[in-house]
Amino acid sequence: MEIVLFLFIAPVLAAVIQPAIRTIRSRSIAAVGSAIVISGGVIALFFLDIKESPAFFTAHSNAVNMAVLAGEILLSVYVVITGLKHKRYLAVLLMLAQIAIILGLELFYGDRLSAAHNLFLDRFSIIMAFIIGIIGSLIMVYACGYMKDFHTQHPEVRDRSSFFFIVCYLFLASMFVLVFANNLVWLHFCWELTTLASFLLIGYADTDEAVNNAFTALTMNLLGGLAFAGGIAYLCVAHGIVELDRLLAMNKYSVVLPVVLLSLAGITKSAQLPFSGWLLGAMVAPTPSSALLHSSTMVKAGVYLLLRLSPLLAHTLTGSMVTLVGGASFLVASLIAVSQRNAKWVLAYSTVANLGLIVACAGIGSAGTLWAGIFLILFHAVAKSLLFQSVGTVEHRLHSRDIEDMDNLINRMPRVTAMMVVGISGMFLAPFGMLISKWAALKAFIDIDSMLGLVLIVLLSYGSAATLFFWTKWMGKIISMKNKKIESGNMDAAVSRQELSSESIHAVLTVVLCLAFPLISQLLVEPYVSRISGIDYGIARGNYVIMGIMVSMLIALPVIIIRLQRHAQFVMSDGYTSGHTVSSDRHYIGSLGIDRKISMKNIYMKEYFGEKKIFAAGTAAGILFIIAMVAGALI
Amino acid sequence: MKIILGVILYIVAAPLVGGILAGIDRVLSAKLQSRVGPPLLQPFYDVLKLFEKRTMIVNRFQNAYAWCHVIFMAMTGAFFFEGGDILLAVFALTLAGIFLILGAYSSNSPYSYLGAERELVLMLAYEPMVILTMVGMYMVAQSFSFMEIAASQRPIILYLPGVFLGFLYILPMKLRKSPFDISSSHHAHQELVRGLTSDFSGSMLALIEIAHWYETTLLLGLVYLFFSFNPVVGVCAAFGTYFLGILVDNSYARLKWELAFTSAWGIALVLGGGNLAILYFIAGG
Repeated sequence: MEIVLFLFIAPVLAAVIQPAIRTIRSRSIAAVGSAIVISGGVIALFFLDIKESPAFFTAHSNAVNMAVLAGEILLSVYVVITGLKHKRYLAVLLMLAQIAIILGLELFYGDRLSAAHNLFLDRFSIIMAFIIGIIGSLIMVYACGYMKDFHTQHPEVRDRSSFFFIVCYLFLASMFVLVFANNLVWLHFCWELTTLASFLLIGYADTDEAVNNAFTALTMNLLGGLAFAGGIAYLCVAHGIVELDRLLAMNKYSVVLPVVLLSLAGITKSAQLPFSGWLLGAMVAPTPSSALLHSSTMVKAGVYLLLRLSPLLAHTLTGSMVTLVGGASFLVASLIAVSQRNAKWVLAYSTVANLGLIVACAGIGSAGTLWAGIFLILFHAVAKSLLFQSVGTVEHRLHSRDIEDMDNLINRMPRVTAMMVVGISGMFLAPFGMLISKWAALKAFIDIDSMLGLVLIVLLSYGSAATLFFWTKWMGKIISMKNKKIESGNMDAAVSRQELSSESIHAVLTVVLCLAFPLISQLLVEPYVSRISGIDYGIARGNYVIMGIMVSMLIALPVIIIRLQRHAQFVMSDGYTSGHTVSSDRHYIGSLGIDRKISMKNIYMKEYFGEKKIFAAGTAAGILFIIAMVAGALI
Repeated sequence: MKIILGVILYIVAAPLVGGILAGIDRVLSAKLQSRVGPPLLQPFYDVLKLFEKRTMIVNRFQNAYAWCHVIFMAMTGAFFFEGGDILLAVFALTLAGIFLILGAYSSNSPYSYLGAERELVLMLAYEPMVILTMVGMYMVAQSFSFMEIAASQRPIILYLPGVFLGFLYILPMKLRKSPFDISSSHHAHQELVRGLTSDFSGSMLALIEIAHWYETTLLLGLVYLFFSFNPVVGVCAAFGTYFLGILVDNSYARLKWELAFTSAWGIALVLGGGNLAILYFIAGG
């Protein structure tokens, strides 16, 4: 309990001290300090509280409930004023409807709103805390270096760095409460806080595009927030409950409508079709906030809620529709990612895809899918955060996010390229975490033994093929190598220490998590899944051995081979160009002795995977499934 | 102990089987083209010769990629015999393939680069069918273990005729044979510069050739699984498939990558997905 409070207070304190900070140096010290303190808290949580989990805390206090209410009112006043100022009436309307529901509940059913247990803690929250605390606070360290470069390179953007850091730390604080909240009203308040925080971060640059996209994000998430509020109101009025644990203990057929509403909230927040637009628009924000939104906060709140609800979703129409929304998002986003050359867009679509897989797992709600879903959250957070950071770093050096401009990156920025390669491998290669989780998901889909399972298997097999394709061609681009003889200046030196250190820790984490994966599974995930599903769930030990062998080999082999061949004599030559090569920079002497340059571009298959067409189809499918879900609940 | 022996046996025997098959391929192809052709053991002489040659490299990472390619390829087969999960093994096979592609990318030459891209397109094309095949095997044999599937008394082919045909269709892509030899071809009359492997030479090229033998054996092992209810039929089917491959290789011109990709995805959906849907339907009804 104390540690849970500590995890909330630490980022709040980090936010509070920001206005007093004047120099980059002191900001970095503060960021590193808070990273250590928060990570320490998370580790303490793991070691001290794991035995007593699941634990429920009363934490009863009228003052807190009042503060939450006051917070909700303040938040809505701010959104209404901002919305009116920018003439975004839909957002204003959604906000007003939502606050009306909350106030109405408070006025007429105030006595039912006090929860027996406001906070709780179990193994799933510990994993979430790990992601929020460690990944989130590392991103803040990275941001110290990044924001400095950002403002040097974008003089047109007003420097509001302190504001940026304040919002980010408050974001982390509200995420912590979100994963520990048992009181749905508290959970909803934090839910709305994260919506507001991402609105502020997306709008940071204050350009027309930024403001536009920020409002898109706000509107879509307010729609989810409204559904959330509606769900709470229904639960409170019809069943007299405001606690998550009591909701989960209900018969799933008596709470169909509130579960539909909460799922809708989860789907909007995790940017599933047809609500993916806001996350793609969020790309205008500075990279650290993208990293936050995509890995440790925001979208992870959506899938967190859905996975929590998954026992209520299993074997219901709602669950099937949630699964189909997730499956469609996975396929559509994976296919579109093939046609993207902007690195950040590839990352964004891949996030939508992976979240889709998690959502599909949540909708199925079997022990296997729950296991896979939780691991997907964990591994995705680490690898995606690493990738966003390295793309941000590269962008500041090359002044481009275009993957085509990253030719021979290994010569120009070897260290950052190494990080990127680890990140990309972490996203799709065996035996790294994401692929292992996908493998588990695939098996779980087979085991549910229904037509829905088959649909998912087909979606997964096609989506995975596309995933394989777009990651490998990106990786190939950055590792294609000019001959060592021609040095082209190492740009790693210009990368800030904060960025490099955060990226290095992420890269190490990506690998270590894979090695520690059986341990994490046994200590955290399997007990949680067994408790929720009521069956003793475990992965066959033989597979752990195989994965362990593969990870170790993957790390050791390249090093060993290169070391062994250190003294071997090879004839160094240049890449074959069917003519006389001038330099390994893809120049050759053509006819008449003219020096010619060759340039190689990747395949994007736009005629098959064009964004507009596929996205429109996916949106239509998403709307259809959601209508079916809502209609099913009303009938 | 038995497992270790099995793994060692596989690691030693698989390239021998693959090499002899490659030899048969060359003898038969020569007959089909009314040439005298090389002796049966020519592939082994070639590889031994390659080891003798000077190895020209563009960068030292290339060697690491080539070695990882062959080691992971051998390991994939070992996983099968260890009784491991066939899905995991297929992912390991993909990893091995990725190493070869990365090796080609790494050399920075336009020929290798194009070969790598095209191999990647082929991977995109065949991957769905491979996964659906594994899922189908599991559905029929109720096990992901290679050994248990092989020991299953059920005639898998009767349950999965569509999946089998789909798998046959993508097999030439995996073996880089015509009509899908778009990333690299072994027909000398078609090209001298071999796409994917343009910048590998000497011992590194030899390693890639050995990896290819492993892969051939492994894939024919998968074909065998469809007929494993009767080992004799199974072995005959596996070899028959290979000869069919040689025949097709010699009688069809190369397809464009667009057609390779669209047809493979379509066939995987109709034959693979359709077959599995019928299985689900029967099991459910």
